[in-house]
Amino acid sequence: MAVVREITFAEALNEALDYEMSKDPKVVVMGEDVGRYGGIFGVTKGLIEKYGEERVRDTPIAESGFIGTGVGAAASGLLRPVVELMFIDFLGVAYDQIYNQAAKMRYMFGGKAKIPIVIRTVSGAGASAAAQHSQSLHALFIHVPGLKVVYPSTPYDAKGLLISSIEDDDPVIFIEHKMLYGIKGPVPEDPYSIPLGEADVKKEGKDVTVVATALMVHRALEVANKLEEEGISVEVIDPRTLVPLDEETILNSIKKTGRLVVVDEAYPRCSFATDIAALAVNKAFDNLKAPVKLVTAPATPVPFSPALEKEWMPSTEKIEKAIRDVL
Amino acid sequence: MAEIPKEKLLWMYETMVKIREHEERVAELFAQGKIPGFVHLYIGEEAVATGVMAHLRKEDFITSTHRGHGHFIAKGGNIKASMAELFGKATGICKGKGGSMHIADLDVGELGANGIVGGGIPHAVGAALGIKLNGLDNVAVAFFGDGASNQQNFHEAINLAAIWKLPVVFVCENNLYQISLPYSKQQAIKSVAERAAAYGIPGVSVDGQDVFAVYEVAKEAIERARNGEGPTLIEAKTYRFRGHFEGDPQIYRSKEEVEWWKKNKDPIVLFEKTVLEKGLLTEEELDTIRERVKREIEESIKFAEESPWPKPEEVLEDVFSTPTKGVLVWQW
Repeated sequence: MAVVREITFAEALNEALDYEMSKDPKVVVMGEDVGRYGGIFGVTKGLIEKYGEERVRDTPIAESGFIGTGVGAAASGLLRPVVELMFIDFLGVAYDQIYNQAAKMRYMFGGKAKIPIVIRTVSGAGASAAAQHSQSLHALFIHVPGLKVVYPSTPYDAKGLLISSIEDDDPVIFIEHKMLYGIKGPVPEDPYSIPLGEADVKKEGKDVTVVATALMVHRALEVANKLEEEGISVEVIDPRTLVPLDEETILNSIKKTGRLVVVDEAYPRCSFATDIAALAVNKAFDNLKAPVKLVTAPATPVPFSPALEKEWMPSTEKIEKAIRDVL
Repeated sequence: MAEIPKEKLLWMYETMVKIREHEERVAELFAQGKIPGFVHLYIGEEAVATGVMAHLRKEDFITSTHRGHGHFIAKGGNIKASMAELFGKATGICKGKGGSMHIADLDVGELGANGIVGGGIPHAVGAALGIKLNGLDNVAVAFFGDGASNQQNFHEAINLAAIWKLPVVFVCENNLYQISLPYSKQQAIKSVAERAAAYGIPGVSVDGQDVFAVYEVAKEAIERARNGEGPTLIEAKTYRFRGHFEGDPQIYRSKEEVEWWKKNKDPIVLFEKTVLEKGLLTEEELDTIRERVKREIEESIKFAEESPWPKPEEVLEDVFSTPTKGVLVWQW
């Protein structure tokens, strides 16, 4: 019988990496401090002891160089690299290798290339890490054709989705919210995979649909549970993968409830939240009984002070207000 | 040079002539409006690709640049399919989705030309990492220009290759101009090869118009790489006889300068002179090769011209390799 125990989000990711490395010698882990240090959030802990320095490679601080190396290694067909971009905010120094190289090679080469690379990266505010270590930049990946984008909210999803991502032949951006690493949840000991492109209904409801990502899934659930006591039934959908997007589950829910709130921590414009709103208006307009509400961060850099950062992030209060507004 | 087998000499000549003939015909076809987009021709630089590729096997990898036709041809890429690609036809090597700046033939280890200056350099390092971890004795060669050697990717990739002792050779084709900016205004050093010292690897500068000289330095560098001794940086000093792109008015250099190079440093003329003077090859052998190459290029053009256009629905294909339940290729 399968053993299920409570482990952290970080431990769940570690199990996925361990399993994939044990199974396939082509899987290598690369990045800053992923070796002896075990990754700054402990996700790659113990891997170097088990698989050695050749397959768990500490890199110089040279994101474009080592992500590009991962892209070339994947394109050569000789490796399946899992490369860590320490903070999503460091994307700027390596973006070319992701959006112009990894994302486009297959298409530019007429479908011949397979680029089985996973870029793991850390996102999100809430740790007083200030403007250059706190952003939620997933829209920059969603915007570019050719990348799959994964953004899990629970330890269970994290393990199953990372296994699927490593086994996928396309470039996958795997985003981990830094405030989730320590949360615990039930995770089977045995390996399992969660298909990319399948949303999860975290809570069923009939009055309003809330689509939320990563940390915001937890805040949305907190509000949903509170409102349930008042007899308000909130359905919380976690897309889990932003590309491919499970449009069907989201649209079916909107058709059922007629109301939509999208909660996403990223900047407001040209964002995942506006994208889902556009989807609802395009494909479920006749079902909508109220305007779509978006709960996002404001269009400012992320502030340092906990007092300001708390105000900056979408809070349970703002989520609750948005839900009440559409009812 | 005496130790270069005759078979290899014939291959070198054929390769250089093939690149030249290909590029001259492409210039004409582009001028006639038959080839869309931009083309950046390799005329004048044939000895570099040829001298390096003379040591490579099919299983070895290369990464190339926006000026990539020469690398593609020398690596043994499919010329019919690449010509069709330049025309944007369905039979193109990239099904008409890449064009001149993205010519690639993964079947012969050509990991792709690149429209982003310096973008492909880390890819060669990645292929070399794959070679090393799989215990193979292959090599990867990154081609790039003098302009690219100022880019972040050059420095980061070469540093990684050096610390990890990877089987990769960095070949800088210093054609003296970064589009319009002369080499002397891009870099304060006399030779790009000097940069190797900063990464603790050998750096060597060579006359890129002399295919025998390129052959010699490439031989040593590739052997070092195959033997697990790590990377080398080669600077091949060369010159592009054409503009940066077809249609470039070339206001940044004099006609006299271009004519001097054409007259005195044409790699094909220099090769012919040497092999004939030394009696290594005969006029007849060279003529035969030139005739054969002309026919081959003409056949590739005929194939490209007669090939169909891609179907409109193909625009949505080839983005991803693994299908999923969710929506991957979005259309409102």
